[in-house]
Amino acid sequence: MAEITESFFSADGLEKRLNGKKFWKVMMTEYWIPKDINFLWAMGVVLATTFALLIISGIFLLMYYKPDTALAFDSVNYTIMQEVAYGWLFRHMHGVAASVVFLIIYIHMFTGIYYGSYKKGREMIWISGMLLFVAFSAEGFSGYMLPWGQMSYWAAAVITNLFAGGSLEAYGLVEWIRGGFAVGDATLTRFFMLHVFLLPLIIIKLIVIHFYTLRIPHINNQSSEDIDYDAEAEKYLAGNKKESKVVPFWPVFLSKDFAVLGLFLLFYFYLVFFNYNFAMDPVNFDPANPMKTPAHIYPEWYFLWSYETLRGPFFDILGMRAGDIGLIIFALAQGIFLIFPFLDRDPDILPAHKRPKFFIWFWVLIIDLVVLSIYGKLPPTGANAWVGFYATTVFLLLWISLPFITKSDAKARGAL
Amino acid sequence: MSNQTNRRDFLGMSFAAIAAVGGIASLVGMKRAWDPLPSVLAAGFTTIDLSKINLVPGTPQTFAWRGKPIFILEKTSDMAKFDGDLVIADKRYTVAVGLCTHLGCIPAWNKDKWKCACHGGAFNANGQQVFGPPPKPLVIPPFTVNGTILTFGYEGTESKAMIKARVQG
Amino acid sequence: MREFKIFIIVAFFTGILYWGVEPFAHTQLHPHVEAPDYTFKDVEGLKDIIGSAKVGAEIVATNCTACHSISIVGIPPPMNDASSASIYGVVPPDLSTSGKLYDANYLAAFIKDPASATLTQHKFKNGASHPMPSYNWMQPQEIADIVAYLQSIAPKEITNKEVFAHACQRCHSIKYGDFYGGTMAATTPDANIKSYMGMIPPDLSQHIRSRSEQYLHEFINNPQKHLKGTAMPRVGLTLESENQVIEYLTEVGESKKAERESLGAPFLGYLVIFAIFAWLWKIKIWRQVH
Repeated sequence: MAEITESFFSADGLEKRLNGKKFWKVMMTEYWIPKDINFLWAMGVVLATTFALLIISGIFLLMYYKPDTALAFDSVNYTIMQEVAYGWLFRHMHGVAASVVFLIIYIHMFTGIYYGSYKKGREMIWISGMLLFVAFSAEGFSGYMLPWGQMSYWAAAVITNLFAGGSLEAYGLVEWIRGGFAVGDATLTRFFMLHVFLLPLIIIKLIVIHFYTLRIPHINNQSSEDIDYDAEAEKYLAGNKKESKVVPFWPVFLSKDFAVLGLFLLFYFYLVFFNYNFAMDPVNFDPANPMKTPAHIYPEWYFLWSYETLRGPFFDILGMRAGDIGLIIFALAQGIFLIFPFLDRDPDILPAHKRPKFFIWFWVLIIDLVVLSIYGKLPPTGANAWVGFYATTVFLLLWISLPFITKSDAKARGAL
Repeated sequence: MSNQTNRRDFLGMSFAAIAAVGGIASLVGMKRAWDPLPSVLAAGFTTIDLSKINLVPGTPQTFAWRGKPIFILEKTSDMAKFDGDLVIADKRYTVAVGLCTHLGCIPAWNKDKWKCACHGGAFNANGQQVFGPPPKPLVIPPFTVNGTILTFGYEGTESKAMIKARVQG
Repeated sequence: MREFKIFIIVAFFTGILYWGVEPFAHTQLHPHVEAPDYTFKDVEGLKDIIGSAKVGAEIVATNCTACHSISIVGIPPPMNDASSASIYGVVPPDLSTSGKLYDANYLAAFIKDPASATLTQHKFKNGASHPMPSYNWMQPQEIADIVAYLQSIAPKEITNKEVFAHACQRCHSIKYGDFYGGTMAATTPDANIKSYMGMIPPDLSQHIRSRSEQYLHEFINNPQKHLKGTAMPRVGLTLESENQVIEYLTEVGESKKAERESLGAPFLGYLVIFAIFAWLWKIKIWRQVH
């Protein structure tokens, strides 16, 4: 045991036992971040804040929500929304944050892709981040079921049906997931457990891993330059702040984060108070009715692009059923981003504007995802079906071409 | 830490103060989310019409108010008059919360007094403690009187008088 | 400058995505319908005949009170709700407020031929007939007299809740109107209304959230526009009464709307101050490192 002679109650007592000063240095004042960054680098803290908003608003919803198919809808739309003081505010905050978090996740993700922050030593950051995306997706899906409205029920019915696996017809698996023949009370309570307990725990653990994996490779910068952190840190600590290429996490990096956060909170709370239908779909204010499917069912906006890849192939090709093709592409879409670091064959870390073919690839991907998202919301009839088909094909081709175009860029630069 | 902390960071401290204001306001909102709901507060009022409940003198009846038992006893002519009785027309009543003032069990009526099974405490027909560990008489609930109708939930002159009599008596 | 450009690009793609998934998609999912018509010009109404309330009183007493109560002049219902529901399928409305709630021309057309005024002819085929018989054998003057009488007895002011109770509650429950007391259930029992309508009309507690105000006006004014073939009758509400129904739906379904709107501005005002101080502090800190 360490030799600590100072009394617990002395001026130094607690400091000797916990080493707070060292901890503060390591985590904050001597945690070095590149200076050459833009506001996109603040998305991490914005995400942490949004997650905190979700947890706090979730805690208050949890006090009054009843996870029972007979009681859930009214516990949300009467008790919480109309009886509990500020219950409506917590519900709006929770619903809007659940939607906005995905906007920030996508911005954060594509920032990483653009600047090559997934490459050469940073693979674990990328993978833990993509696992967080998967965990947040499961969290959003399970949470959406809880108000037990028409969308809650039918989204659950359709998505759990996917596990039948198309031609595999694994209906036993679907019933096992649901805990019954159809989506019902057992499904609701188990997804409640996932949403309120297990998934938040997994998310928190993944966040800790994500933060840890950042430390050794260090955070990337706008020119993707490889910085000598020890040398630059020395410059800063010697008082040469203007020449140093790094800044400390506290107070410099966080001050920029807070400024971006201020604008974000304005945007977010404007939506909470005045423009929330995109996050709290009106159809979900009809109580769940297992005997009546709404005229239009669609997932939340952040799932639309992958939902459309499911619907994209609408005719059989080479003997494979359309439904099976869609299911395969859909499954691929969930996992393909995870292996991005290994599909990119370029050995250098560079921002996309220094990789000509990759730059085009990147913007084609963004546009394709926007198109897939919009058409994922529209009824898949007539011309819409064809746009969906072509957009899904482009999506497939993008991933198949990634290794080739990244290699080509590297060769043109002389790096391969 | 920065080497130049010789000047107070007023801007930083103001920013921190503004953030703190927001934090405190949020905490106030959170506190209020835990307040009893309007429907719970409204349900906290129970009405009992003495003329309709067929009280047998000398045998108390029990009613529920805010989840607690209320004893109502119409006193017989044998039972001693007490300043703390509820007097309506020519009848005298004892009205009290039916929870032993020792540790909260419900005492049972036995001939002429309430006897608590938990630790042997006893209360007379006036609700005053006469034996055992109870430190105080049975609690008088807040109620108002309108003719023969008692409304539990608000403090009225009669319930105030009853409480006063027990303190002195 | 570069940061500003990056922000514009992010805002641009977010904006397109939002536009496509929200306003644009909604026009595709909910095609445009014609604006509501509160003159009910598709029906043959009073045809400018002036009615006499005094004559109307007698006609109504003779022809209508066998099924309809008129509580405001002391005429009780001929039987209780459950009995009338089992006979007619639905509880016949009390006529006390009809003169105020419904458009006069509509009322005239309704009395002449209920099924066609309510646009529910498609329900009454193969021998089935509307529970209220047609009065097209009456003279137009008599119909005008009836309408004049109904208008004369109707109260001048009526609360939002009363409009709902009279115009909607025979078929539609609105549970949240009295969540713990249960008094806002539909007055026609479920079994009767289900066989009369083909399904139990939805509870309207959250319809102010699940449908926009515009949709509600379009729908109530002519249910066939949005749900062709629906069993819901067009009831002929005036715009004023329809506004009162929607206000009631808001009181019951979105009771915290006023609180939300009044808290929004100061809340955002605080955040503006927060953001300003955050930026000022950031500039101060970063001045040391640039």
